[in-house]
Amino acid sequence: MRRVIGPLVGFVLVLVAASSASAAEGTLRIGMTASDIPYTGGQTDNGFEGFRFIGYQIYEPLVNWDLSRSDRLPAIVPALAESWEPRKDDPKKWIFRLRKGVKFHDGSAFNADAVVFTFESVKNRQAPQYDNYGAGQLAARVPSLKSIRKIDDYTVEIETTTPTSFVPYQAIYMVIVSPTQWGKVGKDWRKFAEHPSGTGPFRVTRLVPRERLELEAFKQYWNPKRVPKVDRLILFPMPEATTRVAALRSGQVDWIEAPPPDAIPQIRSAGFQIVTNKYPHNWTHTLRLDKEPWNNKLVRKAANYAIDRVGICKSLLHDTCTPATGVVYKGHPWFGNPKETYEYNPAKAKDLLRQAGFSETKHPAKAVHLISTSGSGQMQPLAMNELVQKNLKDVGIDIDLMPIEWNALTNRFRLGFNIPENQGLNSWNISWAFPDPWSAFGRFFLSKSVPPASLNTMPYLNPTVDKLMDEAERTFDVEKQNGLLAKIHEIVVDDAPWIFIVHDMNPRALSPKVKGFVEPQSWFVDLTSVSVTK
Amino acid sequence: MWSYVGRRLLLAIPTLLGASIIVFAMVHLAPGDPIAAVMPADASQADIEATRRAYGFDKPLPVQYLYWLGHVVQGDLGRSITTRRPVIQDVRDSLANSLVLALSSSLIAFGLGTAIGLLAAFWQGRTLDKLASAIAVVGVSVPHYWAGIILIIIFSVELNWLPAMGAAAEEGIVEYLRHIALPTVALSLIPLGVITRVVRSAALDILSQEFVLALRAKGLGRRRIFGHVLKNAAPQILTVLGLQFGFQLGGSVLVETVFSWPGTGYLLNLAIFQRDVPVLQGVILVLSTFFVILNLAVDLAQSLVDPRIARQ
Repeated sequence: MRRVIGPLVGFVLVLVAASSASAAEGTLRIGMTASDIPYTGGQTDNGFEGFRFIGYQIYEPLVNWDLSRSDRLPAIVPALAESWEPRKDDPKKWIFRLRKGVKFHDGSAFNADAVVFTFESVKNRQAPQYDNYGAGQLAARVPSLKSIRKIDDYTVEIETTTPTSFVPYQAIYMVIVSPTQWGKVGKDWRKFAEHPSGTGPFRVTRLVPRERLELEAFKQYWNPKRVPKVDRLILFPMPEATTRVAALRSGQVDWIEAPPPDAIPQIRSAGFQIVTNKYPHNWTHTLRLDKEPWNNKLVRKAANYAIDRVGICKSLLHDTCTPATGVVYKGHPWFGNPKETYEYNPAKAKDLLRQAGFSETKHPAKAVHLISTSGSGQMQPLAMNELVQKNLKDVGIDIDLMPIEWNALTNRFRLGFNIPENQGLNSWNISWAFPDPWSAFGRFFLSKSVPPASLNTMPYLNPTVDKLMDEAERTFDVEKQNGLLAKIHEIVVDDAPWIFIVHDMNPRALSPKVKGFVEPQSWFVDLTSVSVTK
Repeated sequence: MWSYVGRRLLLAIPTLLGASIIVFAMVHLAPGDPIAAVMPADASQADIEATRRAYGFDKPLPVQYLYWLGHVVQGDLGRSITTRRPVIQDVRDSLANSLVLALSSSLIAFGLGTAIGLLAAFWQGRTLDKLASAIAVVGVSVPHYWAGIILIIIFSVELNWLPAMGAAAEEGIVEYLRHIALPTVALSLIPLGVITRVVRSAALDILSQEFVLALRAKGLGRRRIFGHVLKNAAPQILTVLGLQFGFQLGGSVLVETVFSWPGTGYLLNLAIFQRDVPVLQGVILVLSTFFVILNLAVDLAQSLVDPRIARQ
């Protein structure tokens, strides 16, 4: 026996000793919440986390978000296009003047052909480079872009379905891929995804499915201000929140997304940085407006006054959210000046409910709400919803929570309330992103957005909002456009077609070695300013 | 002998077909669907319908199943819906990792379990026996994913000795071993408990038989008797070991998920949440095949160890 134990102990000691060998200097290792590496072949998947770590790191769109500041919403700035504007003679056509001297990771030059190639790959089913999967991912984000034409090597013209000033907000989601690389890998998107080539600040060096994606700084990146400070970037998919925390605390990664709120005090006291900021995210209950009890505006307002939002954010979520009193948050250019400010006021809620003709004995307010057990951006759905349920119960609104799995929920949601299996429902709890006017208002509050066209499941039908949105879309002056969108917001807040609950604060935990990161008011991040000290 | 093997392998075909039909049906019975799972949450129903048609998921289920089967027969497991990688490639990569993990944890469970079980039987009723029973009870009762989390807290977070997740196969053998250590321990707990108990009761059973008395009367020492007992208990231990190994291979979903160990369990878990039907079916098919082969191997090994079984 002793003959075995000796070497065994030695062996274990070797293993333990090896643990001190840490990663090379200048390597940033990130634990993502995605369960696999998001699609690397261009138009990425896994929602905005895919854009955050893949789409906007390997690739670039024509215009991009300025993510260098935390004190204001990111502005849209030039990226692969240096300037853009609608044509004076035809506002349905936009001219984009492209940047010269930009190289793809494979060494080929970026030009108008690459833009046309990319566009056709997601919009033209007949094109040899049509990418089924990428097209599916992108379709909902570029609804107005109809066709594209090369004018010369560094100018393209994008045509839209209707005159719309939202073109930059849509173009920002289409990242440009290298046609040369696609040709080199045998005109196969799957192979392209294994050997991707964009113009972004990081290039892929190695992809191990389900395990890791290794990238290195792209030395020939066109913008000297955004050449990455780190040499290498490694992304790990870590869907389990506890695994992410353990990986951070054991030094396997330097940065984790979405640490669970309960673990935050402990992570902080262990010397790690917790960064948060507000960003375009809302966590709401979308109400069904063609059926009792939510067809009554007074009941909807009552529900909004019944929620203890501060309680949810302070005691339940350890300050990783802020109260939501509308679709967007106060200080946002589209917030405006709504008549109602939904604070926690159970007395007022009870009063409103009584005015609406509901009483616990004679005419009880009852509803069934479909919620998820987890899911992207859903925060802590079970605990939060139990509090919401209790708050509503306290004022006399009795809601039944029906928890189902995330994928099943989104699936049922898209079909609207009017399919047989959703007949008994009065609401669903889904969180949303609102980085652009269409995501914030267009898809939810317009008459034309009723399913299957888009996501106005309630349905919210308001001709004034339809008209204002049309006007905003035709207004090319950003200030004026913001004013119109703020008007829409004021109306929506007053109509309360949602129970506005909280805005997530986008928590992430970073090792003390990570320096130079700015948490923007955005779903996306700029990793080029980040460095990792020894 | 060979006709027996052939017959058993033929019998495996309906088993595998059945498994694949059940998996296929279950995925489609469960709420959610593969296309919706890969589309962004804010995609409209119209976008989803378009993608569904492009993937052929608008066809009737039996047609979809037969199409899949037709390809499997030709050795093609299809492509993942989410990654579009060939399923065979994903299954092969993850199976290698799972096999290593199942082997390492089975080795520990088998070695320790047999030793503790035999010692407990020889010292029946003494402290050692009680200790062994305690180990066995803890082993089978503690949920292994929970044990995994506790191991991570102790050895990764607090002591910082071993990594908490991943396999890091590309970083060399030492790194790979460091990464596999914790999942191995977590995964070996249940079979350790089971094997300890089976070995103990088998050994007790044999010890009470008359031939042992005869051996003692002959004046054989403890060590020699130990050998005889082990030999007689072997068929029973082998059966349990085979079964447990199969469970390790297919049942490590939770442990692999806790440790982000890139094996079949992790792949299966991912495929379930993404409703990635081709991957699910591919993994289940390969795992069931393994199970069938494993059972056969155990049966054959038994008849080698104990010729009486072969004669029957």
